[in-house]
Amino acid sequence: MRTRPLALAATLALPVAIALSGCSGSDGASEGASGDPISVKASDTACAVSRAEAPAGNVEFTITNSGNKVNEFYVYAEGDRIMGEVENVAPGLTRTFHVDLSEPGTYQTACKPGMVGDGIRAPFTVTGASAAARSDNENLEAAVTEYQRYVASQSDAFLAETTAFVALVKAGKVDEAKALYPTARSYWERIEPVAESFGDLDPKIDGRAEVVDEGMKFTGYHRLEKDLWEDGLQPDSSAIADQLLTDVTELVTRAKAVELNPLQLANGSKALLDEIATGKITGEEERYSHTDLWDFEANFEGSKSAIAALRPFLLAQDPALVAKIDTTGKALGDLLETYRDRDGFVLYPALTPADIKKLTEALDAFSEPVATVAGAVAQG
Amino acid sequence: MIDSTRRAVLATGAGAALAGAAAGLTYAARPASAEGQSQPDAADTAVVPFRGERQAGITTAAQDRLHLVALDVVTADPDELRDLLTRWTVAAERMTLGAEAAPGGVVGGGPWNVPQDTGEALDLAPGHLTVTIGYGPTLFDDRFGLADRKPEALRELPGFLGDDLDPARSGGDIVIQACSDDPQVAVHAVRNLVRMGFGVVAVRWSQLGFGRTSSTSQAQATPRNMFGFKDGTANIKSEDTAGLDQHVWVAPTDVPGAAAWMAGGSYLVARRIRMHIEVWDRTPLMEQEQVIGRDKKIGAPLGRSAEFDEPDFAALGTDSLPRIPATAHVRLAHHSNLDGIRILRRGYTFTDGSDGQGHLDAGLFFLAFMRDIHRQFVPMQRALAKADGLNEYIEHTGSAVFACPPGLAPDDDWGTQLFA
Repeated sequence: MRTRPLALAATLALPVAIALSGCSGSDGASEGASGDPISVKASDTACAVSRAEAPAGNVEFTITNSGNKVNEFYVYAEGDRIMGEVENVAPGLTRTFHVDLSEPGTYQTACKPGMVGDGIRAPFTVTGASAAARSDNENLEAAVTEYQRYVASQSDAFLAETTAFVALVKAGKVDEAKALYPTARSYWERIEPVAESFGDLDPKIDGRAEVVDEGMKFTGYHRLEKDLWEDGLQPDSSAIADQLLTDVTELVTRAKAVELNPLQLANGSKALLDEIATGKITGEEERYSHTDLWDFEANFEGSKSAIAALRPFLLAQDPALVAKIDTTGKALGDLLETYRDRDGFVLYPALTPADIKKLTEALDAFSEPVATVAGAVAQG
Repeated sequence: MIDSTRRAVLATGAGAALAGAAAGLTYAARPASAEGQSQPDAADTAVVPFRGERQAGITTAAQDRLHLVALDVVTADPDELRDLLTRWTVAAERMTLGAEAAPGGVVGGGPWNVPQDTGEALDLAPGHLTVTIGYGPTLFDDRFGLADRKPEALRELPGFLGDDLDPARSGGDIVIQACSDDPQVAVHAVRNLVRMGFGVVAVRWSQLGFGRTSSTSQAQATPRNMFGFKDGTANIKSEDTAGLDQHVWVAPTDVPGAAAWMAGGSYLVARRIRMHIEVWDRTPLMEQEQVIGRDKKIGAPLGRSAEFDEPDFAALGTDSLPRIPATAHVRLAHHSNLDGIRILRRGYTFTDGSDGQGHLDAGLFFLAFMRDIHRQFVPMQRALAKADGLNEYIEHTGSAVFACPPGLAPDDDWGTQLFA
């Protein structure tokens, strides 16, 4: 549970007026698809995209996961701006989705077997005549659309993984539940400022033991974390798991309906880094499982996604700021990778004070330029 | 106290935030004498000129409070470091005048921007704030192309008997010493400079000092340290210009070739000296006085009557033993027993709370400026480490050396000074 959720106040006055078009999921919107559908054969070690080129427009991708790990597929524009993604492609599954690639240029496709790191990348070219340059407001509007699509996609995956986690807990499969726990939570951590903006649900889903002192029952992920790692499953663990699924289902419905403005993207990107600084790098979030670095990475990815959505606007406003964010973000990402252990990370107690200092320094360096994005958005 | 007119000018008129703009304002408050940093402009007595032949904060009359920070450079890009040093110069100069770290830094950026000044010193007088910079030996490795500029005397200290140094409280590529009569002003200066440097530098360690332990001017009374004794009586004073040239300022002949940037500067030795307060406090007065070699109340050398009387090391007591014992601190540290070696001490008393065992984590944060570390501090500390009666009551827990460059000319800045 957090003390400072992303403000979603309707009274927030912005100097730029953004008319939000409703965000509709792209799955199934096949009309006007550009070129023939593209197939992606994903495995644990490969990401075979049938064509590396398409005419500008709405491009259809069909991904099949033949590996043993859960996979993800992304289409990135420059600066890891996410143009479209499909999460949580389980082994053996096939998923079809559409990406709006209306601007010609060079993109990247990426499979992420095991949801790990930068993924297996390849260039992807979109051909055609350049569209007219977007205005600042159009850029901001597109940023919100892209980011809301990201939130919706993460929310769906969060619900699916929570469903699986709850089933494992109820079946008493402790080891499997423990293995899934940090991964399932990653989807929440990626969109935490949005997810925790629902003040009634956040403490039920993500509250820590201290909320008992406030007269609330200790429920949710961290209660089950305590059961799985510390106490063993309790007589009410199944009921707690059922309640978690009910709460997450409600949260996901609300998160997908939320309407954001560009300033909230900017503030959210900072809020995610603040989460790392105050809760993850201190080892206090995952006090029983010690999987804090999974949260660290997810918060960091979520922050970068919000910034990446704003990238075209920021490039027009302040290219030096974008360069600074890129450099410091890469340094932090590279450093975090050094703590990778197979598909996950080393546990928090394995970190030395010197490790924590290095991570803190890199986080500080990234957080400073990210913190100025809100000002650029508000005044641009 | 800085007047409101100047503050207003800095907040708006100097909006370009460039060194030149701020520098122009500095000279209005600059005393005629280049050496006169300890005697600020009478009309603006809380401001110590930032620029001049020497850096402020060395012979400047010791202010009451200290915040000193040692930083490591974390970027690999020399240009980033140089740019930071330039930006630091602007911000430091502004803050010594009582201005915000950047024009309109606290609220002038408007509601949407992150304030460029953290704000806790707004409306406070600078309290003789000085910001002094120095560079550690490690800065002159192969990272930034500065290897040939390393002054020969900028070498790490040897180990001394009894040292118990904590690496986390020792060393550093860069030091910033902020001194002010107002602790909040000193902390504000360090906080804002550190913040400007995220991604370029990272804090290695820092130390707060709550009381000066030395006087650097004849106009200042000698303060007492945590042992309750007057400390720094025999210090070189800012009025002794010949002594400063001989013992404190680096002469051009000391730093030939590419190290010439250091001519007119001074080397800083920093030692965190933990005092075993509780043990000392249960020691009888006579033993305390014999350990120090001075009378506790007046500060007179044992056997003499006034603080500034010269100690008589030959005098014998009624027991036919030396009146000032062979192991007395005053004897071992005195220049007459060290081939004339002197240093400019500018340390601060510190208390970092308690140590977890119920004892004060307190002592002396020893700071001293000198012309050559290895000809001055090293022989002095060797003599002390070997025999000083005080060793029973103290422990050196942190250590660092830095080369503090000379002062800045108009339009010059720390980046240009080090790299040009």
